[in-house]
Amino acid sequence: MKGQGIKKFYDKHRPKFEKGGKLHPFQSVFEGFETFLYVPDKTTKKGSHVRDYIDLKRTMIFVVLAVVPTMLFGMYNIGYQHFHAIGEFAQTGFWDVFFYGFLRVLPVIVVSYAVGLGIEFTFAQIKGHEINEGYLVSGILIPLIIPIDTPLWMVAVAVAFSVIIAKEAFGGTGMNIWNPALIARAFLFFAYPAHMSGDSVWIRLGQEADKVVDGFSGATPLGLALAGNIDYNVWDAFWGFIPGSIGETSTFAILLGAAFLIITGIGSWRIMLATVIGALFTGIILNIFAVNPFMEIPFWHHLFLGGFAFGAIFMTTDPVSAAQTNRGKWIYGILIGVLAIIIRVLNPAYPEGVMLAILLMNTFAPLIDHYVVQGNIRKRLKRAPATV
Amino acid sequence: MSDKEAFFSKNNLRLLTDPLGKQNPITVQVLGICSALAVTAQLKPSVVMTLSVMVVLALSNVIVSLLRNTIPNRIRIIVQLVIVASLVILVDQVLKAFMYDVSKQLSVFVGLIITNCIIMGRLEAFALGNKPGAAFLDGIGNAAGYGVILIIVGFFRELLGAGTLWGFQVIPEGFYDFGYVNNGLMVLSPMALITVGIIIWVQRSKNHELVEENK
Repeated sequence: MKGQGIKKFYDKHRPKFEKGGKLHPFQSVFEGFETFLYVPDKTTKKGSHVRDYIDLKRTMIFVVLAVVPTMLFGMYNIGYQHFHAIGEFAQTGFWDVFFYGFLRVLPVIVVSYAVGLGIEFTFAQIKGHEINEGYLVSGILIPLIIPIDTPLWMVAVAVAFSVIIAKEAFGGTGMNIWNPALIARAFLFFAYPAHMSGDSVWIRLGQEADKVVDGFSGATPLGLALAGNIDYNVWDAFWGFIPGSIGETSTFAILLGAAFLIITGIGSWRIMLATVIGALFTGIILNIFAVNPFMEIPFWHHLFLGGFAFGAIFMTTDPVSAAQTNRGKWIYGILIGVLAIIIRVLNPAYPEGVMLAILLMNTFAPLIDHYVVQGNIRKRLKRAPATV
Repeated sequence: MSDKEAFFSKNNLRLLTDPLGKQNPITVQVLGICSALAVTAQLKPSVVMTLSVMVVLALSNVIVSLLRNTIPNRIRIIVQLVIVASLVILVDQVLKAFMYDVSKQLSVFVGLIITNCIIMGRLEAFALGNKPGAAFLDGIGNAAGYGVILIIVGFFRELLGAGTLWGFQVIPEGFYDFGYVNNGLMVLSPMALITVGIIIWVQRSKNHELVEENK
């Protein structure tokens, strides 16, 4: 079949990568790039598999599309926070604000993809199998969940750690127990705590650090709340005009992504809804028994603050590390919501718990599924005729 | 005597070298993991721990081997424990007397050598059935196999976690000026487990006979 345009380019060069061709060792790279743009024409030969045009790579691309609104808003917010901090926001145009953030965020994304895909390509080459697409999503999620002032080399180290230890060591995409993006963040959080929390990492000041306005504080609303100051406007938190990790601040942009994931059927609405229910439930309990200002903040504010929305939409629904059964998804989601708010509010060491809650429940997801499946088998056995 | 073997015969040498590689107590038999996690945050405690285990293991192996025909089978575990415990107390006292700071760092983990699975394992598996000379070599070999892993782990954890080796700064100050930061995760014990895991990974990719069959 002769194609046109880029397809023709692929067709022309394919023989070089086939067995016997001189570039055969790089076959997986060729195939990776080809299927990146074109749906593969392979058919299943053995067993009863159903092949869908929505293959793994297409699924991944849909998730990447879903995070685009929050990424773009994150870029704008970096500029917004920067120019507010130095008191020049009123004189700066919209595009200047956006490009300030764009130029700061872009290197992080480039480093994340370069290191992650580099390792994936190397492993695919050594093991002689196809390139795993899994990193397409992790590569964009990692930059969005870290503070803007994270040094690039730390991003590289964290990405390398997460891809090698949390993914390749377990057998590559689809075999990992934990969400690789969250492992990268957890690595940064425990390895370089000074660069991942506190008051000075969330707002990029750069060369203009001496120009900050009076009364400036770089702390996130949750950081302040932990210290006992409740000082945020809940609608700022909803739209996202608060300091925080690059892509996590705007609940609105995240909801756009959530709608896209649910409509296309890529993300599980059960998990998202269950996580929210778990969080609201815990929030109400904390409100009732509140003994400090952090526990008193209205329960529904928790949905807009910190990384909750981002975690609930993009992290919990990772099809690999989440529970697989429908009932399991409810249990998994509710427990994430409950744990996230408990760790966030009651733990004195740090004011956020979404990451740790999801990683913990990732660990338990297979166990939840196991009991759901066993429970179902037992129920059906009871219904079966006694002679069996 | 015709059946007397030379002390450094081929068989006896294998007692020394096998535990370093294919029969490594930590990476192959996965014994003694707790102490490998607990004491390896720095290089110096790792080395001291290795030497302590070596003394205890070699001597207890010899003593149990000497007594092997007189120990009643039913109470052999208690006898072994008494021997090991006495030796551990001796080592602990020596450390407290001559290396007080390291002894404090190692804290309870010197005492816990008593419960180190490698020691009971070697006493049961080897010393009870072999002559003192061979038992001595076996003790030295297994302690060395244990120590190699401890020292590798301690080396990387101290280097990356604190930027020092044996307490001396080895990562140049200039690196820190450029924004290099010590990795706090290396100091936490999970990273010891992950480092051991990486060593196992490397070892198995070199020695394919160590890789278990997929069932």
